[in-house]
Amino acid sequence: MGGLTLNYIIRRVLIFLLTVWVSITIIFMVARLAPGDPISAMVAQASASMGVVENQDAIIEGWKEYFGLNDPIPIQYVKFLGNLLTFDFGPSLIAFPARVSELIARALPWSIGLGLVTLPLIFFIGNLFGALLAWRRTPGPLKAFIPMTMIFTSLPSVLAGLVFIFVFAFRMKLFPIAGPFGRGMQPSFTIEFISSLIHHGILPVASLVIVSFGFWTLGMRGMMVTTEGEDYMTLADAKGLPPFYVLYRYQVRNAILPQVTALAIALRTLGAGQILVEAIFSYRGIGTLIYTSIRNQDYNTIQGTSFVVILFTAVSVLIIDLIYPLIDPRISLEGN
Amino acid sequence: MAEASGQDVQRRQRKVLEVRNLRVHYETPTGDVIAVAGIDFDLYDGETLGLVGESGSGKSTAAYGILKLVQPPGRIVEGNVVLDGDELVTMNDSNFRQLRWTKLALIPQGAMNSLNPTMRVHRQITDAIEAHEGKQDKEELRQRVLDLFRMVGLPQRLYNMFPHELSGGMKQRVCIAMGIALHPTVIIADESTSALDVVVQRVVAQTMLRVKKALGVSMIMIGHDMGLMAQMVDRIAVMYAGKLVEVSPVETIFEDPLHPYSQVLIESIPSLKERKPLKITEGITHDPRNPPPGCIFQLRCPFVMEHCRSEAPPLREVKARHQVACHLYNDDGSLIEGVKVEAAV
Ligand SMILES: Nc1ncnc2c1ncn2[C@@H]1O[C@H](COP(=O)(O)OP(=O)(O)O)[C@@H](O)[C@H]1O
Ligand code: SF4
Ligand SMILES: [Mg+2]
Repeated sequence: MGGLTLNYIIRRVLIFLLTVWVSITIIFMVARLAPGDPISAMVAQASASMGVVENQDAIIEGWKEYFGLNDPIPIQYVKFLGNLLTFDFGPSLIAFPARVSELIARALPWSIGLGLVTLPLIFFIGNLFGALLAWRRTPGPLKAFIPMTMIFTSLPSVLAGLVFIFVFAFRMKLFPIAGPFGRGMQPSFTIEFISSLIHHGILPVASLVIVSFGFWTLGMRGMMVTTEGEDYMTLADAKGLPPFYVLYRYQVRNAILPQVTALAIALRTLGAGQILVEAIFSYRGIGTLIYTSIRNQDYNTIQGTSFVVILFTAVSVLIIDLIYPLIDPRISLEGN
Repeated sequence: MAEASGQDVQRRQRKVLEVRNLRVHYETPTGDVIAVAGIDFDLYDGETLGLVGESGSGKSTAAYGILKLVQPPGRIVEGNVVLDGDELVTMNDSNFRQLRWTKLALIPQGAMNSLNPTMRVHRQITDAIEAHEGKQDKEELRQRVLDLFRMVGLPQRLYNMFPHELSGGMKQRVCIAMGIALHPTVIIADESTSALDVVVQRVVAQTMLRVKKALGVSMIMIGHDMGLMAQMVDRIAVMYAGKLVEVSPVETIFEDPLHPYSQVLIESIPSLKERKPLKITEGITHDPRNPPPGCIFQLRCPFVMEHCRSEAPPLREVKARHQVACHLYNDDGSLIEGVKVEAAV
C-alpha cells in the first residue's frame, strides 16, 4: 500500500546508527593518531593564553587520568564512546573552564535556525525555478530571467559571502557586517530584536542560497524534461485536465522524487558551506565555534563539534529517508 | 461483424468524426519524417473502425494527430479533424480542453506507464470527472468509480491502490474505465491490448467490446493483429507508411482484399489461412523522410507498373463502401487489363 513498513524503518535506523558509530570511531582514531600529545599541547596553549604556569605536570596528569589516556586502547575506546554518546566532551580550552557541551548548546540553536531557513529556501527556489524553466507554458521573459539568477552557482559560499559583505555591508551599508543580531541586544520576542535578527541573517542566508539553488534548478529541469515524455503526461493532457494541475500533480510531483533523494546527499555539502559562512559572518553558530576551536587547537571542542555536526547530518538524512516512502508509493515495495 | 438493427443502420449514416488530409511530420536533423502523409477517413456513429498496419506505419501518430497530442518534434502540418461539427485542428487549446475526454477519449498504447505512479487509481479517474463537471460529492464520485470498475470487471479493492500494485491487465482495465468515465462520443484505443500476454489480451479485448456495445460509443481501434481485429471491428482501414491504402467493411476485406499490402497482411494471419512465408520482405523499405514519388508501396509491390512510380494512386471507392489506393483497379473495382493478381496470393 506504499508508505512506511517496519522493515524499512528498522533498516534506515540501523544505517543511521552505523554512520554515527563509524564517525565516532574515526574521530577517536584521528585523535590517537595525531602527532604529538594533544593534552600537553592543550595545556601549553591554555597556559600561554591564561598565564597559568604552575602545576602544569599535575594538570597534564589529571587530564590524562580524566580522559583515561593511561588505560589500554580498548578501554579508552569504550569510555570515549560513552562520553560522546552522553555529550560529555570535556572542558573547553578557549573558554576554560566552561564545558564543550555548554558551548555547543549555546551555538546549536543559531546553526539550526540558519539551516532551517536556508535549506528549505534552496530546495524551494531551486525546484520552483527548475520546474518553471521546463514548463511549456512559462512566459518567455521569465524563462530568460531564471538563468541569469544562476550566475553564482557553484561559487564557494564563502566567496559569495565575502562579496556580499564588501558590496552590501561595507560599501552600501545596507546590512550589518557581522553577528547574528545588533550589539548590546538581548534575545527576546520583540519586534525590534526579531527585525534585527532578520536584518543580520539576510546576507549569510543569501550567500548560502545563491551558490546552491542553481544545482537544484538544473536537476529539476532535467527531471521535468524526462517526466514530460512519460505516457501518463500525455494521458493527463488527453483528459483535458487544467494545465496547472497537470504541472504540479502529474509532472512536478513525479519529477521531485529524485530531488528529495539528492537532498540527503547534498546535506553534507550544504553543512560544510554553512560552517564557513557562519565563520566569516561571526554568526555564533557551530560553524564559528569550529572555526575558533581549530584556530586555537582546542581539541575537545573540535571533537565535540565534529561529533555534533555528524550527528545532525545523520539525523537529517534519517528524516529524509523516513519521509521518502510517504511521497513515493513505490519505494517500500521495492525495498522488500 | 455486428448485425445491425434498423436503428443502428440509421445511426451509422451519421458521421461523428471526419479526418481530412491529415498530415503529421516529425522534424529530425536530416529532414522531416513523414509519419502521416495526408489521410482521409470518416467514423460513423456507433461503429468501430480498425486501423491496422505494421509497426511504424503511423497509426499512433495519426491517433495523436486527431487528439492533438502530437509531441515535439512532431507537428500537424495540415489537415482537418471534424468532431461532431467542430473543427479541432484550428480550435484554440482552452476550447478544445473542454471537448477532451467529454467527446474524445483515449485508451493509450502504453497502459503500463500511462498511470501516474504517485496517484491512487480512483483519483486518476475522478480528476478527469471533476475537471469537466466541477467538484462533486465524495460518496457519489466513489459510487461512480465503483460502477465503472464493475463495468470493466475490476474488483473494488483496487479503488485505493497505487498503479504499481496492479497487474498489466488491471492497469489496462483502469484505462478503459477512465476512457468511458464521461461517455465520450469517440474513443481511440491505441494497441490497447498489444502489451498484454495472449490470454489477458483476449479478455481485455472482450471487455472493451462489451463496454463499447453497452455505451454505443464510436471507436477507432488501432492494432497490428489482423486476427484480433477481425473479431472486434466493423470496418478496417489499412495503413502503410503514413498512407491509408484500403478502407473496407471487415467481412469484405477478409474475403476480397484489394490492395496488395492488405493481401499480405491477411495472408499472414495463421488462424484464417495456413501460414505461408511472406512473399514480400517485412518492414517499410523506403526512408520515411524521403518517400518515392508515386505509389507508397511500389518498392515492395509484386505488381508494380510503370506509372506506379510516378503517379500516386488516390484512395477511391471502387466497390460499395470499399475504398482502395492502387492503380490495379478500375473505378468499378475490376482489375485493369493484363494483370493477374491471383498469381501473387
Ligand atoms: N519522436 C519521433 N521522432 C521522429 N520520428 C518519429 C517519432 N515518433 C515516431 N516517429 C516515426 O514516425 C513513424 C510512425 O510512427 P508511429 O506513429 O509510432 O507508428 P505506429 O504506431 O504505426 O507503429 C515511424 O517512422 C516512426 O519512426
Ligand atoms: S499502385 Fe502499383 S505499386 Fe502501388 S500497390 Fe498498386 S500496383 Fe502496387
Ligand atoms: Mg503505435
